[in-house]
Amino acid sequence: MRRSLKLFGWIALALLGATAFGVLALHRGESVSAAWLLTAAVCSYLIGYRFYARFIESRVLRPDARLTPARVHDDGLDYVPTQRFVLFGHHFAAIAGAGPLIGPVLASQMGYLPGTLWILLGVVFAGAVQDYLILFFSTRRDARSLGDMIRDEMGNAAGTIALVGVLAIMIILLAVLALVVVKALAGSPWGLFTVAATLPIALLMGVFLRWIRPGRVGEASAIGAVLLLAALVFGGRIAADPGWASVFTLAPTTLAWILIGYGFVASILPVWLLLAPRDYLSSFLKIGTILGLAIGIAITLPDLRMPAVTRFVDGSGPVFAGTLFPFLFITIACGAVSGFHALIGSGTTPKMIEDERQARMIGYGAMLMESFVAIMALITACVLDPAVYFAMNAPAALIGTTAQSAAEAIRGWGFTVTPETLTQMAAAVGEPTILSRAGGAPTLAVGMAQIISSIFGGAGMAFWYHFAILFEALFILSTLDAGSRVGRFMIQDLLGLAHPSLRRTTSWPANLLATALCVAGWGWFLYAGVVDPLGGINTLWPLFGIANQMLAAIALIFATVVLFRMKHERYAWIAIVPTSWLLVCTLTAGAEKLFHSDPKIGFLAHAHKYSEALARGELLAPAKNLAQMRQVLVNDWVNASLCALLIAVVVAMVCFGIASIRRARAGNAASVRETAPVYADMSVEVAHAG
Amino acid sequence: MRADTRMGKAAAQLVRVARALFGLPDYDAHVAHCREHHPERPPPTRAEFHREREAARYARGRSRCC
Repeated sequence: MRRSLKLFGWIALALLGATAFGVLALHRGESVSAAWLLTAAVCSYLIGYRFYARFIESRVLRPDARLTPARVHDDGLDYVPTQRFVLFGHHFAAIAGAGPLIGPVLASQMGYLPGTLWILLGVVFAGAVQDYLILFFSTRRDARSLGDMIRDEMGNAAGTIALVGVLAIMIILLAVLALVVVKALAGSPWGLFTVAATLPIALLMGVFLRWIRPGRVGEASAIGAVLLLAALVFGGRIAADPGWASVFTLAPTTLAWILIGYGFVASILPVWLLLAPRDYLSSFLKIGTILGLAIGIAITLPDLRMPAVTRFVDGSGPVFAGTLFPFLFITIACGAVSGFHALIGSGTTPKMIEDERQARMIGYGAMLMESFVAIMALITACVLDPAVYFAMNAPAALIGTTAQSAAEAIRGWGFTVTPETLTQMAAAVGEPTILSRAGGAPTLAVGMAQIISSIFGGAGMAFWYHFAILFEALFILSTLDAGSRVGRFMIQDLLGLAHPSLRRTTSWPANLLATALCVAGWGWFLYAGVVDPLGGINTLWPLFGIANQMLAAIALIFATVVLFRMKHERYAWIAIVPTSWLLVCTLTAGAEKLFHSDPKIGFLAHAHKYSEALARGELLAPAKNLAQMRQVLVNDWVNASLCALLIAVVVAMVCFGIASIRRARAGNAASVRETAPVYADMSVEVAHAG
Repeated sequence: MRADTRMGKAAAQLVRVARALFGLPDYDAHVAHCREHHPERPPPTRAEFHREREAARYARGRSRCC
């Protein structure tokens, strides 16, 4: 009786989900409620978790009661058996970042439906599977990192090549996130003031935590939060005063240099002074943003005003160029599939998991939750008037710099709007203009402001907008400085292969050199993105997406190899199917970014256009002189080289993977390289014997 | 809230989950571990523990997600 009741419940849930999908896909005419999107998402996650994840657990991975690394080592510091809900929180916090908030916003240019389908199908069959498999395999290998595991299962060469790929991805990620911050704060005195104020606030918190009340992070963060709110309110006054407003109104290039300098300084100062307090504060803000979004959407259940599918699936979109296939799947990474999670899943979490039967909930489950954050970001972008969305995300090259020219251009795309609507929206959020505020963060902020202020009858939009900008900018900046440190260690590891002395973290020259290289790396791409007439996000975000998905493909290739070694060949499809899809998408996108004849898409075509103009002595925007023309060419070649490097890395990994799979299939027995299982009763027996 | 009641336990659990969400290390759990495994040594002070955990958070091998 109970069984059939449960079955009935699941069938009802499946029907509900199918209905929701149907409404979303087939709706014509007036706007559809976000409630349907939420329903479709929750139903997909529940069904995916209960059936697909459990299938993987029981048939393929088959976890048992063996002692996990947390129990074996149990050092009270890094190896701590942690209760599963607490560990879920830890893992979710580790994987959730700015990614799920940006990608879906950018992908909304194609309508809400393509993004939704990719997020929901991608996470259930690819993203959450990757997270689960990597977490599980790492737990069975003494919580070793992805790089180490690849080295072990696929050879040293594969391991090193994977590390090169990871470093390249890290550099682009930092450049792109820095660019998002620049886009959000350029020409925004209120925003810049509040974000700048976080520096002295963080220093204060650092000193407080070091000497006044050591270890009381909650208290320090409370003080920081209060000061932040004060800065937020005060920022409005600053923006209203013409004199002070001009001090805090900076050009994008100036901001780029400031960020580069900040990244360098913050990652070499002692961590307790700036990095750690900012990180604590931004962790609170990150969770706060997610909760704010969730509560706002849950209470208001707004209508989606973006159509289900827009005309920009044909590749002519202003936000990013390229057709739905492959570029939709590149634009949304975190929330569907993210290779970065494979690094996190083989980081601290496997050292804390107390039972490998909890890996499904933690690995698969936390990724589902992040996917839900991505869905909420998609909703937030789609509740905006589509004309406002495009005004914010289209570059000046396409819509001009006045509300008049923007309204005209957007009307040409089929979205009616008056210039007054655009200027009124800017005034409502307390910004001089909303035009071309690309990068996803301002769009999300406007959407959040609209949703939350509608609870209060439309009041306080400017406050909520800057609140959202501050939150996002803060936790993006924390990724920037902490990420520069991570990049520096990676560079030291790679340089150490040539010069062992450079590996030492205690050596100041090595430290400074590696940090400089890392910051110069992302700084280069940041600056190029800032001066790009198409806005930079247009160019950089696809590169980041390609890189991230390639890392996911590498992680899934590794997982496939392990499945073959375990002699689970008949179930290897659970990894092979997502891997193949990712390879098809990223290699197509990479090839298009290199060789496409449209200069808006292909780097080489773009370089060709500019070199022809240069040969004729002509100047094309943004170049104002011949030297800048040459700079544009250099940027194109660097972007193309990076793209080619990523393609080469992933093709090499495919070859290594196939070789490892063939070796695994050649043997009759399983050839897994897991640590020998230890069971609780075994150790009791050993204790008795000894 | 009394620690031995169901509400008390639930509240304590919620606090631990929240700490993990915000990335804060659990000093009480560490002290309990020290008392169990190294009873001869005094457990580290709150300041020492947080200093060590903070340094570990940004040490080599730790990654950062997007």
